[in-house]
Amino acid sequence: MAVDTETVKRVARLARIAVSEAEAESFRTDLNAILGFVEQLNKVDVSGVEPMTSVLPMALPKRADIVDDGFIAGKVVGNAPQRHDDFFVVPKVVE
Amino acid sequence: MTINVRPPDPKKLIRGDSGDWEVVVGMEVHAQVTSNAKLFSGASTEFGGAPNSHVSFVDAAMPGMLPVINAECVAQAVRSGLGLKAEINLRSVFDRKNYFYPDLPQGYQISQYKQPIVGEGTVTVDLLDGTSFEVGIERLHLEQDAGKSLHDQHPSQSYVDLNRSGVALMEIVSKPDLRSAEEARAYLSKLRTILRYLGTCDGNMEEGSLRADVNVSVRKPGGPLGTRCEIKNVNSIRFVGQAVDYEARRQIRIIEDGGTIDQETRLFDPGKGETRPMRSKEEAHDYRYFPDPDLLPLEFTQEWVDELARNLPELPDQKRARFIADYALTPYDASVLVVEKESADFFERVAKGRDGKAAANWVINELAGRLNKEGKDIADSPVDSVQLGAILDLLAAGTISGKIAKDLFEIVWTEGGDPREIVAKRGLTQVTDTGAIARVVDEIIAANPDKVAAAKAKPTLLGWFVGQVMKASGGKANPQTVNDLLKEKLGL
Repeated sequence: MAVDTETVKRVARLARIAVSEAEAESFRTDLNAILGFVEQLNKVDVSGVEPMTSVLPMALPKRADIVDDGFIAGKVVGNAPQRHDDFFVVPKVVE
Repeated sequence: MTINVRPPDPKKLIRGDSGDWEVVVGMEVHAQVTSNAKLFSGASTEFGGAPNSHVSFVDAAMPGMLPVINAECVAQAVRSGLGLKAEINLRSVFDRKNYFYPDLPQGYQISQYKQPIVGEGTVTVDLLDGTSFEVGIERLHLEQDAGKSLHDQHPSQSYVDLNRSGVALMEIVSKPDLRSAEEARAYLSKLRTILRYLGTCDGNMEEGSLRADVNVSVRKPGGPLGTRCEIKNVNSIRFVGQAVDYEARRQIRIIEDGGTIDQETRLFDPGKGETRPMRSKEEAHDYRYFPDPDLLPLEFTQEWVDELARNLPELPDQKRARFIADYALTPYDASVLVVEKESADFFERVAKGRDGKAAANWVINELAGRLNKEGKDIADSPVDSVQLGAILDLLAAGTISGKIAKDLFEIVWTEGGDPREIVAKRGLTQVTDTGAIARVVDEIIAANPDKVAAAKAKPTLLGWFVGQVMKASGGKANPQTVNDLLKEKLGL
């Protein structure tokens, strides 16, 4: 699988990363090198092998339905560049 | 996808310039799971807390925080699946649905994509004309709710509150089995009833606990499916009906004018009663789903599912069938009573050991009518089931007339008290003594010779006489006796 410059720009846009024309071109080369390297995995026959989800045979840990967290609004918004009355404040986004 | 094939119902078709059209509707309903804590954190789900007070570092997506699933939310999803007569998947997988929005701190929503917790099921929907039809359920999956953005607090900025962020939602996807606005409303209403019976979602649409995305397309009856539009976030049952009607007519107009339907996302404007395209035509969604590496697959045993199934409460369909069988109710009355569990329970307390039909009548008409008028819930009814039962007993025993029963209901509603004592104290007991009634009848006849003459020619005047006698007796005369005596004495 090889990516073209358009794909690089689209992926960058989806990730909200600004890339210039020159950067897109350079990333295209890098990405294709990485993809080419990873492509080697396709040589392994994995038919009939379940995807591995954990190195240890363990079940998903679960929690009880108990409220034991929250009420730390000050800390939650503490690092926000802008806040007001414990709200995060962001540039206007109206749909 | 298998689509429920019902022959087009001519009554439900929409007339256009080029003939009849059939509307095809499917729904994605987001139902907030009833739980104390969020899906992957220990923060509270309570509605209306101070800004960002019900937020843990997990919900705020602080670096390094890991989600741990709430076992009760899983149980609630399974209970819902059982209530929808659906396939329960003993193994399901959580995926990341990636997009950017200020009220989504993670930059992705944890959801289920290819392997949901619940597969195909069925909902039986009853319409008010007594007919019912089946709606296929495609799937139910668990996912996180997003936070809330407030746009009206500041001219150039939005405020973000993450209290809802991470609250568990069940997305319930129907098949495109609905064929009219009425069916769409009835389906959502039934789904809400089922979830409320199960106790898995409170169904509170004002607080956003239940909201629907409605997919609408039109086609020539029985023809191939048309292009659909998705109407987002419709938050009342009435609006669902309005949105479907408006959208169907809009699409028909476009097609008949030679245009084509663009597949797009639209919003319903309740003020104008119309749908309009969302302002930003976002580029084709590319959510880049992939399995969430923070979460192992969700697995549980069939025994655990069976245990949940054993402890399921009686569901509306079962209750409706039982009401019809045990209390001889009409399907219509039974359907009306089971919509709200509280009403059904109230009815049953009144009906136990009494005439079921009479009990249904009083609960549906007198009580529900009065409650509606004052905007009260049945839980806050001033007349409780014991009092209403006593009124029915007095009526059944012939102690009071139907007219007095309504007056008595009004007295109990406003003043409270034991209906039996009220009847005794205020002398409301029905007069069944024929002699006493006959005297009143004679008086009325003697006082109105012209009407007596007229009644010979026009027997419907009997009603006027009955009214006069009832009035003279303060509503206490037995109406049947009055009728019989009048007929006899007037020679009708």
